[in-house]
Amino acid sequence: MTTATSLKPARERSSTRQPAQRSRRGSGHLRRTLVAWAFCSPFVLLFATFGIWPVFSSLSMSVTDITSRDVQTPFSVNFVGLENYTALFDDPTFVRSALNTLYFVAVGIPLTMVLSLAVAVALNSGIQRAKGFFRVAYFAPVVTSIVAVAVVWRYLYKPDGMINSVLSVAGISGPDWLNDPNWSMPALILMAVWRHFGIPMVIFLAGLQSIPPELHEAAVVDGASRWRAFRSVTLPLLRPTTLVVAILLSISYLQFFEEPFVMTSGGPLDSTTSISYYAYQQFGFGNYGLASAASYVLVTAIALLSLLQFRIFRAKA
Amino acid sequence: MTVTTTTTGPAFQDRRPSRRVPTARLVLYGALVLGLLATLAPFAWMFLGSVKPTGEIVAHPSSWLPRSPTFANFEQLLSKQNFGLYFLNSTLVAVACVLGNLLFCSMAGYAFAKIEFAGKRLLFGLVLTMLIIPGVTTFVPLFVLVSNMGLGNSYLGLILPFLVTPFGVFIMRQFIRDIPDALVEAARLDGAGESRIFLRVILPLTRPALATLAILTFLAQWNNFLWPLVIAQTEDHYTLPVALALFSTGANGTNYGLLLAGAVTVVTPIILLFLALQRHFIQGIANTGIK
Repeated sequence: MTTATSLKPARERSSTRQPAQRSRRGSGHLRRTLVAWAFCSPFVLLFATFGIWPVFSSLSMSVTDITSRDVQTPFSVNFVGLENYTALFDDPTFVRSALNTLYFVAVGIPLTMVLSLAVAVALNSGIQRAKGFFRVAYFAPVVTSIVAVAVVWRYLYKPDGMINSVLSVAGISGPDWLNDPNWSMPALILMAVWRHFGIPMVIFLAGLQSIPPELHEAAVVDGASRWRAFRSVTLPLLRPTTLVVAILLSISYLQFFEEPFVMTSGGPLDSTTSISYYAYQQFGFGNYGLASAASYVLVTAIALLSLLQFRIFRAKA
Repeated sequence: MTVTTTTTGPAFQDRRPSRRVPTARLVLYGALVLGLLATLAPFAWMFLGSVKPTGEIVAHPSSWLPRSPTFANFEQLLSKQNFGLYFLNSTLVAVACVLGNLLFCSMAGYAFAKIEFAGKRLLFGLVLTMLIIPGVTTFVPLFVLVSNMGLGNSYLGLILPFLVTPFGVFIMRQFIRDIPDALVEAARLDGAGESRIFLRVILPLTRPALATLAILTFLAQWNNFLWPLVIAQTEDHYTLPVALALFSTGANGTNYGLLLAGAVTVVTPIILLFLALQRHFIQGIANTGIK
């Protein structure tokens, strides 16, 4: 323990650990493992009970007919295989909620990313004065409670609300946003973009600041237009940042729940029901198996989308 | 027409003499200011609306500035709607979760970052996996578990599931990993035990990370909705977002004045905290993206 050689493994990253060193450490290694687990124990205890266990429990619930009545008597629960999953896809409300979630993600994420990147680039390049002020102000919606925001936006979206009065200044007569099935989703997406784009903005900004400006300048000196230099130099260098942003946004956008809860109750005509909202509703009806199955459709979607994004960004790198 | 252009032309040039302001920059500032107005308008509408009597909020055409400002909405919220209690509940839950995360996640983060031990890779793999598991996946069994523990509708039930978070461990491990190993080794050579190293060497150096974790945990818990909604069944255990959501979707859903005052009550503390500590908020979020 006191010689330099026995201390060496501590300097290594876990990925570079050699089997040979394990034997050299001998009893010190065992002691170290015990100490480490002691340090982790409060975390592990709580994490295993309230984090890991429910994930597996939820998975097993999703293949049973468990309802709220079975909770006290677990032996009355029957294994039903994939019945809950087939039931989900036979339920038009669930199919609608899955499509709505896809719509929300497919439109919301690109919109949020383009806008936040544009603001980040603007703040990074052209602006010296008031840069910090802009950054703080643009970030403010991120810290607000989504419930409070949804309550406020519900009134902004009224037929005679603020949004339509702003539109009417431009000569546009706005729709009855939240009561028109065609406009309810765009309304929720617009609000989500407003609330979320501060996060990718600061991440993009940090990413941009780690790129030496000389690279971009060199391309411009070599005759590239600013746009061309941005596309061919800055954007490729931002790829790791873009991947992180895409994954973070996917995780949060796929789970959208508070917006339909507070603003539309999933309506009109199920046009804003999300998978999360559907799962919550089924939980309310006592259908725990169905609710768990719906949540696992969401887990699968998040995993697939993350994997897909990894593939896309890796392939181009 | 021609007369106008010839007269404004030189005048326009006079106004910006030697110091050239490129049009591109003006357009840029213009766009940023427009975006800023769009970003802040809902806040302005919320704050201004909360001090209007209900009649003024629903009046058509509506005006931005309150004609007869009043705090009646807030008074009613506190006296009849118990928002004072919900405020305390929110604060209690958020503070308890902050303390739990600071202590337990920094301990685990230290072990992950600086000690080689059996089971480390598996455990850390689980932590990383849990980062992408949505809350909706776990809330049903969590509800069953917490209820069976007899903690349904209790403060402990609200707090326990968030006393540690995989995110907390992840961020602490990332930060502690950047502390030079030489410091830890020197302390080990001097005969310090691991707990002494943790308390005397690691914790003091980890202050910025602890601040970030505290802020992000407080933010997440203050705004947390799904779990408190599920577990708090009677009003005395509601947190602010739950109270506001149920209030807005219930029979009171058309009392705009009260709703806006409620929204202000939820948003103001976190906005004030954000304004005071914005550097840490923004840096915290940015760091989660880079590392």
